[in-house]
Amino acid sequence: MDYTLIIGLEIHVQLQTESKMFSASGTDFGLPPNTQTDPVSLGLPGTLPVMNRRAFELALKTAVALNAEIAPFTKWDRKNYYYPDLPKNYQISQYDLPFSRGGWLEVPPRKDGTGGGRCRLVRVHLEEDTGKLIHGNGGWSEVDLNRAGIPLLEIVTEPDLRSAQDARACLEELRLTLRYLGVSDCEMQEGSLRCDANVNIHIEREGKTIATPIVEIKNLNSFRSVERAIEYEGQRQYRAWLADGLTIKDAPKQTRGWDDEEGVTKPQREKETAADYRYFPEPDLVPVVVDAAWLERVRGSIGELPRARRERFEREHQLSAYDAGVLVEQGKEVADYYEAVGEALLARDGSAPGEVRKLAANWVTQDVLRIAKERKLEIGQFPVAAEVLAELLHRVRTRQVNTNQGREILSKLVEGEGTLEAIIAAGGYGMVTDRGALAKTIEEILAANPKALEDLKNGKKKPEAVKGWLRGQVMKATGGKADAVLVGELLEARLASEPGGSG
Amino acid sequence: MIDPTRATASSLLAEQEAGRVTAEEICRAYLERIERLDGQVKAFLRVDADAALAAARAVDRRRRAGERVGALAGIPVAIKDNLCTRGELTTCGSRMLANYRPPFEATVIGKLRAADAILIGKTNLDEFAMGSSTENSAFGASRNPWDLERTPGGSSGGSAAAVAADLAPLAVGSDTGGSIRQPAALCGIVGLKPTYGRVSRYGLVAFASSLDQIGPFGHDVRDTALLLGVIAGRDAADATSVDEPVPDYLARLDEAPEGLRLGLVREFFGEGLDAEVEAAVREAVRVYESAGAVVKDVSLPHSRYGIPAYYIVAPAECSSNLARYDGTIFGHRAENYEPRTAEEESIPPLIRMMMASRSEGFGSEVKRRIMLGTFALSAGYADQYYNQALKVRRLIRNDFDAAFREVDVLVGPTSPTPAFRFGEKASDPLAMYLSDIYTVTTNLAGIAGISIPCGLTRAQLPIGLQLLAPAFAEERLLRTARVFERATDWHQRRPNLAS
Repeated sequence: MDYTLIIGLEIHVQLQTESKMFSASGTDFGLPPNTQTDPVSLGLPGTLPVMNRRAFELALKTAVALNAEIAPFTKWDRKNYYYPDLPKNYQISQYDLPFSRGGWLEVPPRKDGTGGGRCRLVRVHLEEDTGKLIHGNGGWSEVDLNRAGIPLLEIVTEPDLRSAQDARACLEELRLTLRYLGVSDCEMQEGSLRCDANVNIHIEREGKTIATPIVEIKNLNSFRSVERAIEYEGQRQYRAWLADGLTIKDAPKQTRGWDDEEGVTKPQREKETAADYRYFPEPDLVPVVVDAAWLERVRGSIGELPRARRERFEREHQLSAYDAGVLVEQGKEVADYYEAVGEALLARDGSAPGEVRKLAANWVTQDVLRIAKERKLEIGQFPVAAEVLAELLHRVRTRQVNTNQGREILSKLVEGEGTLEAIIAAGGYGMVTDRGALAKTIEEILAANPKALEDLKNGKKKPEAVKGWLRGQVMKATGGKADAVLVGELLEARLASEPGGSG
Repeated sequence: MIDPTRATASSLLAEQEAGRVTAEEICRAYLERIERLDGQVKAFLRVDADAALAAARAVDRRRRAGERVGALAGIPVAIKDNLCTRGELTTCGSRMLANYRPPFEATVIGKLRAADAILIGKTNLDEFAMGSSTENSAFGASRNPWDLERTPGGSSGGSAAAVAADLAPLAVGSDTGGSIRQPAALCGIVGLKPTYGRVSRYGLVAFASSLDQIGPFGHDVRDTALLLGVIAGRDAADATSVDEPVPDYLARLDEAPEGLRLGLVREFFGEGLDAEVEAAVREAVRVYESAGAVVKDVSLPHSRYGIPAYYIVAPAECSSNLARYDGTIFGHRAENYEPRTAEEESIPPLIRMMMASRSEGFGSEVKRRIMLGTFALSAGYADQYYNQALKVRRLIRNDFDAAFREVDVLVGPTSPTPAFRFGEKASDPLAMYLSDIYTVTTNLAGIAGISIPCGLTRAQLPIGLQLLAPAFAEERLLRTARVFERATDWHQRRPNLAS
C-alpha cells in the first residue's frame, strides 16, 4: 500500500515524587482506594494548593534533557471541566505560558539501520493527574482519588514519526531517557507512562498528496499495543479512504480506542459537548520564575543520557552497535555494572582494552542478565559485585579457568556458596594446560574409539563433527578442566595428519 | 465588676490581667446576651456554649497557674461561617454545605485558638459570601441592631451585627468586594480589609480567590488592630500569603502619622451618594484637617469601571471555585434525579445527579454569578469580558499607585447609603451590586482598607468612613483611623436593643 503514516504522540508521565503536585499526600501505587488523599487532593472547600518544588525541578530536568527551551517565567492555569475523577472539577495545568517549549528526542534506528531520526517536541508542561474511575457492578462507578494530584508531565511531539516501529522506538527511547534521569519509573502497566497517538496517512496519487482525517488513538497500554494500533490504524484509514474518499478537510479529528484482544481500533463516544475548558490563570498559586542559576544547577544534575552512552560505548569501548544498545537499553544500572566490570578488569591488566570490554560486555549481556532474569532480580540486587566478576573474568582471560568453569563458578557465587577463592579451591577448578598430558589423553581416546578415525577416513562424518565429539571426550576425561583453546589446537594438528582430516 | 458586654476587648484583657473578671464570667455574660437578644438579631448560625465555656475555663486555669496566656486570652470572637472549623459545621450560608464538617481547620482559626481566643459561635453570611445584606443566606437574613427592619449589610453581616449588638467584642469576616467594610459601616463598627496576602486564606471557603481576604471587626480601632495582629502573617499553606513582617499594630497606635496627607477621592462623591452620608464624610475630613492633616483632591479615573470589572473577575473565579459542589464527594446530593422531561432522558444519570444537586443546593444569587462567570470565561467571550476586566484591574491598580505617590491615605464613604430595608434591593441585583461601588476597587487593587463609624443619620443609622492605604501599610491605616477616633465619639455609640 502506497501511503506514509504521519504520527504524533501525546505522552503523559507521572513524576516520581514523595508527595503530590500541590499537597503533602503520598504517591505510592497500588494502595487501597482513597488512602492516598488529603483535604487538598480531595478538593475540600477551603483548601489551597501549594506547589511541590521538587516536582517542578524534575519537570525542568526532563525538559532540559529533551533540549527544550525553558521559559524564565511560567504560570499555572485552571482547566475547567466536570468529571467525577476530578475532585475540584478543574485541573491545575499550564495553558499559554508552559514552563518549556520545543525540544527534540533522537529516536534510535532499528537494528537493520533503517528508521529513527529526530522527533521534535511541541511543548512539555506540568499538571496534576486526575483520579481513576472504576466501573463496577450494578451500574455504579467508583472513584479512586489516590492518583488525583500526582505530578504529571505532558509531552506533545510534532507529527514527525513515519512508522509504527518508530513511534514505539520513540516512546521506548523516551522511557529510557526518563529512567536515566530518575524522574519517573515509566511503567505503562501501572499508568505512570501513558500515550495517545494522533495518526493519519498521506497517500500519493497522481503527483498529489492526500491526507486522511486525523484520528486520536486512546487506550494504548503497552509498547506493543502502540505499534500494533498505529499499524492497524494506517491500514484502516487506507481502506476507509478507498471506500469513502474522505480527507482531512472533510472530517474533524476523531477519537478511537484500541482493542488489544481484537487487534482493532473502535470509535469512542465523543465528549458530550465541544470542549471549552474556560482556561484562566490559577489565582491560588503564584507564577514560577526560573533564573539562570537554577537552570544551571538543573543542567548540571542531568548526567550522561542513553544516546550519548551508546555512542561512547561504540566509539571508546569499541563495542558493536548491538552490544552497546543492549547494555544501555537495560537501564542505567546495567550499563554502570558493565562499566565497573570493564574498569576493574583493565586495572588488573590494561593490555588489549577492546578485548577486555568485549569480554565484560559478553558476560554481562549473556550470563549476568540471564541469571538476573531467571531470578527476577534487578541488577542492583545481583549478588555478585562487579569487582568479583572482574576477578573471575581476569582468571578466564589469563586461562587460570576456562569459560565453562567460569560459568559454573559464577553460578556458585550467585548461589552464595562462598568467596571466589573458596569456590575455586573447593571445586578444584583450574585448567589442564600440560600439552603432553592432553596429547596423551587424545591418543587414548582415539585408541579406545577407532570408529572416530574410520568415519573421518570414509567421509561418513565431517572433520568438524569429529573434532567436536573428540573435544567433548577430552573435556569429559579431564573433568572439564582442559584448556579448550589448547585442546582445539592439538586436535587440529592431530587430525590434519589423518586421511580426510583436513578441511 | 464591669459589664463585659459593654467593654472593649482591650479593656477585657486588662480586667482579666488585674483579676477583676474571669474569662468564664466574660463568656457567660456574652452567652447570656446572645441567648437574650440573638433571637432578634440573628447574627449567629450556631453557638456552642459548652465548648466556649470549657475553653474559657481552661484560660482561667492557666492564668491562675501563672502560665503565659495568648494575646486574646479569654476574649470571645465570632467567626463568619465560611471559615473551616475542624469537625464543626461550616455551612457558608448555603444549603449545599448545610451538613458539611471540614476535617481540617483554617489557619486563622488555628491562630485564634493559639492566642487563647474563645470561639463563641459561627455567624451568618450571604451564601458563599455573595451579597451585601445577608438576605442570600439559606438560613434567613440577619438584622441590623440599629434597626431590626434593615439589613446589617453583607456578606459578613452576621459578624458585624454580632459586634454591633455586643454579642461578641470581636469578630472575623471576609472581604471580597467590601464584605467586611460595608457591614461595618452599616452596623456602626470598625472593619478592616487587609492587603491581599496579609492574612492566610487557607481554610476560607473560596468565593473569588484573587480578591478574598479575611479581616477583623471591633468596636474601635485598637480592638481591630489587636485582632489583625493575631491573624496576620505568612502561611506556608497559602502560596499567595506574603512573607512581610507583621508589625506590632498597637505599639504606636496613638501616634498620628507624621505630616499626614489625605486624598479625597473625587470619584467617590458622585451620583447615588446619600446626602447625609456625604455630609458626615465631609465633616470627618474637616476633623482630620483640624487634627493637622493636609487634604488633597485626588482622582482614581478608572473607578467607574470598578463594578463592571469586579462583576466579571469575581463571578469568573466563583464559577470555577464552586464547580466542586456537584454532589460527588461532599455537600448536598439530590435524592431524586430521575429525568423530568423527554429531553433529560438522554442525559447520563451522573450528569443529572450533578445538575439536580446544584439546582437544589445553590441559591439564586450564587447561580447568577456562576452563570455570569461561566459566560465571561467562555471561548469567544473571554477576550471581551474576562481578559478585558483584567486590563481594567491593572488600570485601577495604576490609579491607586499614582494616588499614593501624592498622598498617604485615601478617604471617602464606605457605602453610598446607610442600612437599607429588607427586600429593598434584593429584587434588583444591580442596585445591590452598587452598594459596593466604593469598596470593590480596593480588592481589585489588593490594597488595605478600613471602615470606621463617622456619624449617624437623622434616623439613627450609622455611617461609615472608608480609609485606604497602600499594600502592607495597615499600620499607617490604623494610626490614621485612630486620629479620627480620638477626636470623636462615634465609636462609642450603641444601638438600643430592647430585650
